[in-house]
Amino acid sequence: MAAEEIIPVVVEFTGGLEMLFADQRKHTLAVPAKDEEGKPVTVGWLVNYLCEKVMKDSRKEMFVLDGHVRPGILVLINDADWELEGEASYALQPKDNILFVSTLHGG
Amino acid sequence: MSPALCAMCRASRALIIRPKNHQKLCKACFIAIFEAEIHHTITSTNLFSPGDRIAIGASGGKDSTVLASVLKTLNERYNYGLDLVLLSIDEGIKGYRDDSLETVKRNAVQYGMPLKIVGYDELYGWTMDQVVETIGKKGNCTYCGVFRRQALDRGAKMLGIKHVVTGHNADDVAETILMNLLRGDLPRLARSTNIITGDEMSEVKRSKPLKYAYEKEIVLYAHHKKLDYFSTECIYSPEAFRGSARSLIKNLERVRPSAILDVVRSGEDMARLVPEEVTGISQCKSQKISLSNADGGDEGAGGCGSSNGRSSGGEMAEMEKKLQQDEEAAGREVEITSVSSHANGQRHDRIGGKSHLRSRAQGDTGRKLLRQTLGTCKRCGYMSSQEICKACVLLDGLNKNRPKMEIEIDVEDEESSTLRRRMEGIALAAG
Repeated sequence: MAAEEIIPVVVEFTGGLEMLFADQRKHTLAVPAKDEEGKPVTVGWLVNYLCEKVMKDSRKEMFVLDGHVRPGILVLINDADWELEGEASYALQPKDNILFVSTLHGG
Repeated sequence: MSPALCAMCRASRALIIRPKNHQKLCKACFIAIFEAEIHHTITSTNLFSPGDRIAIGASGGKDSTVLASVLKTLNERYNYGLDLVLLSIDEGIKGYRDDSLETVKRNAVQYGMPLKIVGYDELYGWTMDQVVETIGKKGNCTYCGVFRRQALDRGAKMLGIKHVVTGHNADDVAETILMNLLRGDLPRLARSTNIITGDEMSEVKRSKPLKYAYEKEIVLYAHHKKLDYFSTECIYSPEAFRGSARSLIKNLERVRPSAILDVVRSGEDMARLVPEEVTGISQCKSQKISLSNADGGDEGAGGCGSSNGRSSGGEMAEMEKKLQQDEEAAGREVEITSVSSHANGQRHDRIGGKSHLRSRAQGDTGRKLLRQTLGTCKRCGYMSSQEICKACVLLDGLNKNRPKMEIEIDVEDEESSTLRRRMEGIALAAG
């Protein structure tokens, strides 16, 4: 069944966000192709997944605020601003690179 | 979704959507226009002259790294004739600055620029680790901010450089403007909008060439140019970036990205409306008389002369402190309301209150003393609008191990610290 299909994606955190993810910048993940309702998984779904499954840090609000990626965190899908790709509704494709860059952290 | 094409070259895939106008650009066109706009900022404000030696305040973070990279590029492309130097401050915080200083050292090699690192220990005899050990974490940002502001200028002086550029971006400026507006701090509002602070009188000028650059674009520029920068949070104030003004700016940007530059432009327009006398009086009211003579009278920029240049560079540090003082702000806001209705009365009250304090402290010698003190700090010889500079007052407190000592940079508090300084001066003279 399609629900068991797996999509390989690379997720990267920079600009200080890696601190929330065990100081690990690059995460190679295999995510299900379909969500619980059988719809193709989106970046929005991925954010939720990262928050619940990957992030060990308890400060979830430093990544997600009010159900959205925290303002001040840029999301690049294959190097393109996610605003060009439909933001959270973008459906993940195999081998996508999703980069989260914080602009909030100092030097 | 089919990939959008760049609005400029119409050939490559758009990767960036510009916050200020929603323009979709490819990587190459974005980098070109980002640099062109900073070039425009620099030339339209006559920021530099050929032959200038410029110190870039470099922390290894995104803003200063992008500033160094862009200035190098523009200096070569447009023959600015600048001699660029990296100037870094080592606050002496183990596990914090070490890594970012390594980044600056790499930048120095990458950009072929000399690097000067100035440590708090050599300047003040105290590292921030030792300061925190003495006073605790609470309030340590005040010390760090006052020390850093001077440290950049002192470092510049050591290098014989008269102009320090910092990486303050449009988001920083908008945040500062909002804070000053909400607090009704018109003098500081005027000052914070200037691209350059300090004038011929001050030994070291400060400027912000990235004043109109979005933080978002700075980060994207660094990303697409693959610049080597370091992000970290100070271990002594890890939550500092979660300040409410910052959040407000970022939330505004999400709703309407142009809001950040709109705030900056509005701040500039409002600053132009601030009467000079108001700027003079509340900015440094205890020096009103000396200043009106000494200052050329340009809008806001002159103000406190040398002290201006220093304090504006540390806006963010001040801002951190201000965020912790929101309650005080409420009181001040009421005060400003009364300024608008009876400006004179208010002014009179303030001066009255001040002279009252002064007479208690040392009678009529206050004004005379102040005129003498527009030059240099008696203690360290460093330029200061006060008899003894803020850093020395803080150091006194540290050296005497008075943990509760606090220096306020705000308008009203300036008075008490001035008073304190004078009293210390007397104590010194007596001893």
